[in-house]
Amino acid sequence: MSLTHLQRLEAESIHIFREVAANFSRPVMLYSIGKDSSVMMHLAMKAFYPAKPPFPFLHVDTTWKFKAMYEFRAKMAKDLGIDLLVHVNPEGVEGNINPFDHGSNTHTHIWKTVGLRQALDKYGFDAAFGGARRDEEKSRAKERIFSFRNAQHAWDPKSQRPEMWKTYNTRVGKGESIRVFPLSNWTELDIWQYIMKENIPIVPLYFAARRPVVERDGALIMVDDDRMPIGPDEKVEEKMVRFRTLGCYPLTGAVESEANDLQGIVREMLTARTSERQGRMIDKDESGSMEKKKREGYF
Amino acid sequence: MNEITDFSGDMIEYLAEQERKTLLRFLTCGSVDDGKSTLIGRLLYDTKLIFEDQLASLESDSAKHGTTGADIDFALLVDGLESEREQGITIDVAYRFFATAKRKFIVADTPGHEEYTRNMATGASTADLAIVLVDSRQGILRQTRRHSYIASLLGIRHIVVAINKIDLMDYSQEVYDKIVADYLEFAKDLGFETIVPIPMSARYGDNVTMPSENMPWYQGPVLLDHLETVPVESKLVDKPFRMPVQLVTRPNLNFRGFSGEVASGKVKLGDTVTVAKSGQASKIKQIATMDGDLDSAEAGQAVTLVLEDEIEVSRGNILVAPEARPNVADQFQAKIIWFDADAMIPGRSYVLRTEADSTPATITALKYHVNVNSFAHEAAKALNMNEVGVCNISTQSPIVFDAYKDNRTTGNFVIIDRISNKTVGAGMIDFPLRRSQNVHWQAVEVNKQAHSELKAQKPAVLWFTGLSGSGKSTVANALEKILHAKGKHTYMLDGDNIRHGLNRDLGFTAEDRVENIRRVAEVARLMADAGLIVLVSFISPFRSERRLARELMDEGEFVEIFVDTPLEVCAERDPKGLYKKAQAGEIDNFTGISSPYETPENPEVHLHTVGHDPFELASRIEDFLSKLEKKD
Repeated sequence: MSLTHLQRLEAESIHIFREVAANFSRPVMLYSIGKDSSVMMHLAMKAFYPAKPPFPFLHVDTTWKFKAMYEFRAKMAKDLGIDLLVHVNPEGVEGNINPFDHGSNTHTHIWKTVGLRQALDKYGFDAAFGGARRDEEKSRAKERIFSFRNAQHAWDPKSQRPEMWKTYNTRVGKGESIRVFPLSNWTELDIWQYIMKENIPIVPLYFAARRPVVERDGALIMVDDDRMPIGPDEKVEEKMVRFRTLGCYPLTGAVESEANDLQGIVREMLTARTSERQGRMIDKDESGSMEKKKREGYF
Repeated sequence: MNEITDFSGDMIEYLAEQERKTLLRFLTCGSVDDGKSTLIGRLLYDTKLIFEDQLASLESDSAKHGTTGADIDFALLVDGLESEREQGITIDVAYRFFATAKRKFIVADTPGHEEYTRNMATGASTADLAIVLVDSRQGILRQTRRHSYIASLLGIRHIVVAINKIDLMDYSQEVYDKIVADYLEFAKDLGFETIVPIPMSARYGDNVTMPSENMPWYQGPVLLDHLETVPVESKLVDKPFRMPVQLVTRPNLNFRGFSGEVASGKVKLGDTVTVAKSGQASKIKQIATMDGDLDSAEAGQAVTLVLEDEIEVSRGNILVAPEARPNVADQFQAKIIWFDADAMIPGRSYVLRTEADSTPATITALKYHVNVNSFAHEAAKALNMNEVGVCNISTQSPIVFDAYKDNRTTGNFVIIDRISNKTVGAGMIDFPLRRSQNVHWQAVEVNKQAHSELKAQKPAVLWFTGLSGSGKSTVANALEKILHAKGKHTYMLDGDNIRHGLNRDLGFTAEDRVENIRRVAEVARLMADAGLIVLVSFISPFRSERRLARELMDEGEFVEIFVDTPLEVCAERDPKGLYKKAQAGEIDNFTGISSPYETPENPEVHLHTVGHDPFELASRIEDFLSKLEKKD
């Protein structure tokens, strides 16, 4: 018998989790509540079974996630019995930073990039797992599995450490850290197939349902709470929609869909003509914007 | 991403089929501008693996940064970094995924510039096949040879020679034949199992996924067909069992498991396994996973093994088949590829990291370096960036390994700089050195403790470091007089004096300075073992060598004394007239003038000499030593 594709990917990820646990004094898993985070959490449970993962989970909250995501986060922490930390940038709260008044760039920078840096410094984490995949975006495709960050949390894409075989360099100096991407070699299809095979719980927003949306700049934005201003020319409509990725609700476009189960989602994906990040408003701010954010410390 | 399917069949069956597909990991390499990124872009485009939004941004990027006029510049699909798109070059390796009806692929697009060889090696280290691109107009270049050599070195056995841009040579068979002959000639000793040359135009798609109408003379396979069918089935399962232990899993007192990924072979319940370092054996009692216990596990699976007996196993050890054990040694020969701008210097201490083990190590001998153009062996004193050399290595504690040619997982290591923590090199082990098996440390009965008790003193190595003329020897002399007067047994090792005898053969290059310090440190260690207080007065400009000296001694025995005198003051004092000569350019590699001095970061004693008397400074060191003795 030879291993199947998903078995190969699973083993590679587990190996990565264990390397981090064995070599770093204070690792953390960044938990974003999305499908990739769900898969990553599941793999972490497998990697250390029958023990629990020897690190906490951290959600860098923007206060602008979908309500359903917050419900799901609470349920997961309870069901798995894990240590879940939540960090909210106090500058964001104080300045009432939001995507409507400040634009998606400032919103993302303050809540996510700065918030993440604050949380990493506060707890002194020396390794942080992220769920990014190389098939998501061009600059991600260039990133190492163990990706070095200097004491300012910055990524220098021009001088990444060579990464030979699976022999990872896990050494860092004081204040420096490593971002670790156990899902680097997974594709979107792999993620969905694995969720289906392993029966991994995900936020219901991935499944199609009738939801209130407005059309804005060519994207369908869900009216998740009353903080969302509705323009005079805009009309809130109930539509059968679902989300391919999840982020801050004002910045995440829905797609019209009838897929209300996993099989339906995969079927839809196999015939998709657009990439999943298409629904993400933050990638389109400017060309090469993901790389720029990453250099500043974004995940 | 997957091929875009007009989807109507049974999806579950379709997905199961996807699961069973084999995986080919390959890379594209070759010289700058041979069209590596363009070829991958073309493969993705022709297999319809580019989404509409990606295509739209490709079109706008092509207009902005493209190098192909009005046409789509496929390279921009993979050159994902801003500086790459601006300069139109590839800097780092990009990984892309695609699948066809027959197979899944991970492709590493690697840079052609010599400067970024480390990134090419990164892509090659996990690949099974390499596509070496050759520009038809240029023929075989230095980088073609270098990349082919590195691919061979890293254990790649299948090569495709993509003779690209053939459209610019009128699709000429003559040009093609000449390049093929040249390639086969130089690659004949590189140990490749298959070499498949294909004439190609990546830009226009000839022979990439479809046979070319422009080259009826070519009867061989098109690239994609070959990639789909080249046999790459892993033979790892048939090799002896190896599982490097990543960590010991101990959730409670009743469970103690050894977690790791099986590197080769297979194991089943009841099998005997041996702990490589200790030779202890036990039987497999349980193979635990979250999906339930397994009866067996094989190469590639991540598992947790529970043994019948309570034996000592920790991270860095390897569980192995008792009848086919790996080497356990602290000296071996390896091929090293060097990545860092600071050259590899024999004698310097680095961290050597295998998949799950890590230990300080030094390169004891650089036997030769390999000329990548002629593959000739050439003598060398140091290994510069992007060079490959054959070395003897000595590790502080023994490691477990196989020859790299037998096992890519248990035969590899990386070299890490101890101060910057950068990955500065990578190695492939050839074989253990006999002497490490036959030379054992002789146990002596009159030991260090006996020596020092007789002398009623605590042995120490007092290491004076500082610029030439800073006053090291003057202070050391003063201190030795004080200690001698108090009845202590001392000995002074002075830089200049040692260079008259023991180190007469050494000059002042960085390599020789490292060896100079290594020898002195070893001598100091023997003297400390004899119970003496050793005063070492050496410029010792490099942190890494002072650290090496420190690590040779017992804990608390090494006292680093930084004799801190500003360079201007030293130059003014100039007791030996050396600064004058150095400033006149008459002395090469003079510390402080034409060679660096790395100041100590945490010396035990830091002496500012300006305005202080040597005896005053010496008594400060003596105070420090008395405090040390009291502590014990």
